Amino acid sequence: MIKLEPRGERSATMAYLSPVLAALLTMLTGLLLFTLLNVDPVEALITILYVPISDTHGIAELCVKTAPILLCAIGLSVVFKAKIWNIGAEGQLLMGGLFGSYIALQLIEAEGFWVLPIVLIAGILGGMFWAGIAAILKVRFHTNEILTTIMMNYIALNILLWAVHGPLKDPEGFNFPESALFGDSALLPVLIEGTRVHFGMALALLAVVAVWVLMSRSFYGFQIKVMGMDAGAARLSGFKEKRLTYFALLLSGGLAGLAGVGEVTGPIGQLIPQISPGYGYAAIIVAFLGRLHPLGILLASLLMALLYMGGEMAQISLGLPLALTGLFQGMLLFYLLACDVLISFRIRLNPRKVKTSAPLTPLASETRG
Amino acid sequence: MKQHSPPPRLSLRGITKQYPGCLANDDVHLDIAPAEIHALLGENGAGKSTLMKVIYGLVKPDRGEVLWDGLPIEVKDPAQARKMGIGMVFQHFSLFETLTVTENIALALGDDAGALDQLAEKIRTVSEKYGMTINPEREIHTLSVGERQRVEIVRCLVQNIKLLILDEPTSVLTPQEVDSLFITLRQLASEGCSILFISHKLNEVKALCHNATVLRAGRVSGECVPAEEDTTSMAKLMVGDDTPVSTTYPKKLRSTPLLCISDLNLHSDDPFGVHLKHINLTVNAGEIVGIAGVAGNGQEELLASLSGEHLCPDGKTITFAGDAVADLPPDQRRRWGLGFVPEERLGRGAVPEMSLTENALLTGFLSGLLSKGMVAWKKAETFADQIIDQYRVKAAGRHAQADSLSGGNLQKFIIGREIMQNPKILIAAHPTWGVDIGAATAIHKALISLRDKGTAILVISEDIDELFLISDRIGAICNGALSPVKPTPESSIQELGRMMAGDFSQSAHEGSATL
Repeated sequence: MIKLEPRGERSATMAYLSPVLAALLTMLTGLLLFTLLNVDPVEALITILYVPISDTHGIAELCVKTAPILLCAIGLSVVFKAKIWNIGAEGQLLMGGLFGSYIALQLIEAEGFWVLPIVLIAGILGGMFWAGIAAILKVRFHTNEILTTIMMNYIALNILLWAVHGPLKDPEGFNFPESALFGDSALLPVLIEGTRVHFGMALALLAVVAVWVLMSRSFYGFQIKVMGMDAGAARLSGFKEKRLTYFALLLSGGLAGLAGVGEVTGPIGQLIPQISPGYGYAAIIVAFLGRLHPLGILLASLLMALLYMGGEMAQISLGLPLALTGLFQGMLLFYLLACDVLISFRIRLNPRKVKTSAPLTPLASETRG
Repeated sequence: MKQHSPPPRLSLRGITKQYPGCLANDDVHLDIAPAEIHALLGENGAGKSTLMKVIYGLVKPDRGEVLWDGLPIEVKDPAQARKMGIGMVFQHFSLFETLTVTENIALALGDDAGALDQLAEKIRTVSEKYGMTINPEREIHTLSVGERQRVEIVRCLVQNIKLLILDEPTSVLTPQEVDSLFITLRQLASEGCSILFISHKLNEVKALCHNATVLRAGRVSGECVPAEEDTTSMAKLMVGDDTPVSTTYPKKLRSTPLLCISDLNLHSDDPFGVHLKHINLTVNAGEIVGIAGVAGNGQEELLASLSGEHLCPDGKTITFAGDAVADLPPDQRRRWGLGFVPEERLGRGAVPEMSLTENALLTGFLSGLLSKGMVAWKKAETFADQIIDQYRVKAAGRHAQADSLSGGNLQKFIIGREIMQNPKILIAAHPTWGVDIGAATAIHKALISLRDKGTAILVISEDIDELFLISDRIGAICNGALSPVKPTPESSIQELGRMMAGDFSQSAHEGSATL
């Protein structure tokens, strides 16, 4: 009989091990799944996890995909630390893309170094605007931000679709739902010649460092953490709950907006209906998989980007459906949540015998290195 | 010492219960005879609660056996315990506020309740028989805490009861209510019911109980006949030899007002909250003012308006040395020089999952631990080390999580953190609640020495002995109103008890409660 037994205190080892364990279990389930689909499981895993990054072009593409996920996830890590559940990074990303596109199209003829910063700022403001609505609703009317941010994702998507089918549609675009191509001054410069790796990746890494400093060194970050862990203590110490809520939501919205505008001014170069294959949702998984820590989030967003590429690769070379990406994302989150139980509990295989040692310890030492 | 003829009503043999990281009961033996009032003495964390949960079938012991009237039995769950005739009154009542007394008792009895009108009649007879009059038709939220406890006791008495377990029953009562509870309990015992009285208050045990078993750190540290012992020798059994158990502090009278509350009225938004009515209070520099009161009489509301968690529109209602502060948020009051020790040490006083360093920063951020919005972690660490060192906080170090500390050590840390910021005014709620005697003495000494440095200190507590020990002036709060505050030597426990019950008349003779 298997029994869960409280550990008494949280296991720090297990907290770091749980994402690794979740990744392994996801892969094992993947193997099983491929076998059932009559696909060579090893070949399938190699196709998904290795082939996409087997050459420099692949690694460059990995960076392109990582940038928006990383930007969204690093912003989410701040709100999640405050225990504010912003599920709306996707909508904030779309609004960032839309606002940025609008300005870029207004400045389509303009030239100069100032064009790009204005477009990027417009994108950031778009994301902040969208998160700001949820923030006002939460602070003023105590609405549940999980519901408002999810619902606003759909509103954002429909506004984007309306814009790209309507006012922002390229008049010379043969009625395709696409905007005109942006002017060169509004495009993110390419970082490495010959690839699509653009300046957005540098911005994402900068955001990682900035959030790291904010959360571990600044008093503002400390207050956000206290508010999330213990609102009573925060109130008694005089921390401004409303101001911190606005700050955290606007920050994460702004970074998601930057991710959106980075997509339209980076790899895409115009406004199209599909600027995100669910990066904003994937970022939620990434934030938790990375333990809300900047370094962990960096690694987790690389993994998530790889899953996106692997899903496409499996579709192309093995004829597997693209839904595979979503399936793997789901399994990852599912196993992560399951493994997180082991942070506070240990498994006892035979609870009647008190002497049984925790069976996970040998596994822990194996997978740790 | 013990009756020879019948076997003990209840006999515990070698009860052992291990929790992860804590041996709660270690080979505990205990006998209770019929008609005996038996005290289970021990400090918080000594294992009293675990032991009574074993008796009541809530916890299964790892080892040991339970004998009932001489026969070994296994108590599987509280329902079985009730069938056997065991009744239990918990420290925290489990009553539904919006239901009547009868309905609550019927819910607790389940299938045995029978028809409601018959039950109500039974409640009436039983409660009158034992001098605990309650009206079965009243809804719980209209009852005082003392009356609610009567409901819990009557719930046990309407059954055929053989053993009544009371967990710290006097902590919620005024001294007068304690006296009448004891009369009831003696009457019950004289009719053959065994009573297990769990307490850490030695005077009460001495006054009431025939025998006592003392627990320390999960083990039986001694057995005694309380009437033949003095309180010091029993205290030694509870805490061990190396802890000083009693001290007195000289009283001081001062006349420089620092904290002034004038005509504070507060309407509570909580449907079961208490409204504050015309509170007037002055605390002078260099004195400790103690406010007694039964829980839920407006203490929380008063504390929230003092800390700044609740703001008053008129700033002049509360002044610090003449500065209007009642409309200022907590951080600005702290900046002025307010120190605050809340009732809940985990959850408001300290963040459970944060380290001691981070918890030092929690309120210490105003005393030079920040530079340009960044945390000076080295300084915060030094500050935490200083608190741990000066207030002898037993912890694995400044990296230890707050919730890994015992209640007493965490409280020493919190009080140390507040005191080391040199507050001009310190407000402490229940400063030694749930704290062992050694830590309580250390906390009292720290408060006294802060007082002697000229800080104005307000202590709100349910522990009357503590208030008489450290307060220079003393008063009580009842139903949101504050009694007159008198120099402690001029007051008495009886008078304070009357004030806790709402009788604020100044006359010396015993008056009846006006509320």
